Amino acid sequence: MEKVIAGKTIHVNEEGFMTDFKEWDNTIGEALAAENEISLSPRHWEVLGYLQTEFKNEVPLSIRKIGKSGVVDIKEFYQLFPKAPLKTATKIAGIPKPASCI
Amino acid sequence: MKHLVILGAGTAGTMMANHLSHHLKRPEWRISIIDERTEHHYQPGYLFLPFDIYEPEDIVKSIQEFIPKTVDLIQASIDRIVPAENKVMMTDGSVVVYDVMIVATGAKIAPEETEGMKGSEWHQSVFDFYTFEGALNLRNKLRDWKGGKLVVHITEMPIKCPVAPLEFAFLADSFFKHKHMRDKVEITYVTPLSGAFTKPKATATLEHLLEEKHINIESDFAIEQVDNENKKIIDYGGREIPFDILVTVPTNKGDAVMERSGMGDDLNYVPTHKATLQSKAYQNVFVLGDASNIPASKAGSVAHFEAEILTENILRFVKGEPLKEEFDGHANCFIETGGGKALLIDFNYTHEPVEGTFPFPGLGPLRLLKESRMNHMGKLAFRWVYWHMLLKGTHIPFVSATMSESGKHYEKTETV
Repeated sequence: MEKVIAGKTIHVNEEGFMTDFKEWDNTIGEALAAENEISLSPRHWEVLGYLQTEFKNEVPLSIRKIGKSGVVDIKEFYQLFPKAPLKTATKIAGIPKPASCI
Repeated sequence: MKHLVILGAGTAGTMMANHLSHHLKRPEWRISIIDERTEHHYQPGYLFLPFDIYEPEDIVKSIQEFIPKTVDLIQASIDRIVPAENKVMMTDGSVVVYDVMIVATGAKIAPEETEGMKGSEWHQSVFDFYTFEGALNLRNKLRDWKGGKLVVHITEMPIKCPVAPLEFAFLADSFFKHKHMRDKVEITYVTPLSGAFTKPKATATLEHLLEEKHINIESDFAIEQVDNENKKIIDYGGREIPFDILVTVPTNKGDAVMERSGMGDDLNYVPTHKATLQSKAYQNVFVLGDASNIPASKAGSVAHFEAEILTENILRFVKGEPLKEEFDGHANCFIETGGGKALLIDFNYTHEPVEGTFPFPGLGPLRLLKESRMNHMGKLAFRWVYWHMLLKGTHIPFVSATMSESGKHYEKTETV
């Protein structure tokens, strides 16, 4: 479905995750963060950049991997993106919700 | 004479030994299977042990009983593998040289990964049910427990049989009702996922069942530590959940041999091609069952479907033919829901579980994603199927290795 945010039209799924990363830019990131009641600091941007790089390299994301990434530890990841950090951070980063291996 | 070596005589390895013994014969081929254990456990039975539904003897048989006589069973432990030299170094100093190797070393719980989990309350009020010992200790605890807060918990994904903790919660509800003490027990289901399960349609059905059975759900809970003193679990965000009994599924990891051999990922699972089951690093190494990192369920049914396809691929490989990219992630799981009923789900890499009929489209007799007594009978009958058909590599009638889309109610072409 389509959604208008920061004056631009983006495509999202029913959970609000962007379906086309090419549509993402920094202002959309900021607007998505605001929807989740987060204002983005330089640390947030570092983590978002890391998640996007991993996504581009097709590396499956998990809390464990992020904790061992050297970019951020799990405790800080929770402080930056409270409650469900992986879900919230990937949503703001404009990348798909990580598929938990089943 | 060429040598095919299977590591691990659990569900997956035993099935491969049986399949391949019909095809790779002396004098051209010798097949060996290595496992340090002597007992073969019916792991799905661990779920029933705590509730006194199964007895230990229903679950345990000898490994030897299921290995064909033409296959050499080596009961010794592995120090490490040197895949570049096609060698398995044993702890007793001996060396096993192979032409083709199949890794079927499974996955194990690793409670030591979480701070405090294996602390003073381990097997006192903190239990696992993924080991025989854990399930048995829990049975003894539940037999005369007077009630309180029962917390059923998943540490992190992936885990073996991802529906088992839900089944545990459902069976616990049923167990305490039967003992006329359900009002004295508060059951909470705690998961790192954002819902009861990983796939949307099944999640909706299962959450409805949780609600119906008055089981609380706490989602998005990534555990940081078990506080043994105050009996609570705490997540990285500071959320606390108190318990009187914690039934946890600790982090699952592949075998430590993979770590020692430099063959595993960060959880010791072996990087594997998801459609051919060939190792990504070594052409003459194949991986099936829980040991691989493929994005399929870690479940016996998956290993069973993989085994049919892997047998074909091994035979192609030894003849120098190209491998078939056929495995589709097919899984088929009964989910016990308590009160003598169960659900059945059938899915693969691309198709989530939906409602429908199984195995005969439109007829059943089993119903997908709906509770029924017939599904429960299917689950109980499965133990017989496991010992008498599955391990021996006998094809289960009407159930194909790749998933069938007929008889299933898909709304559109769905990808998960």
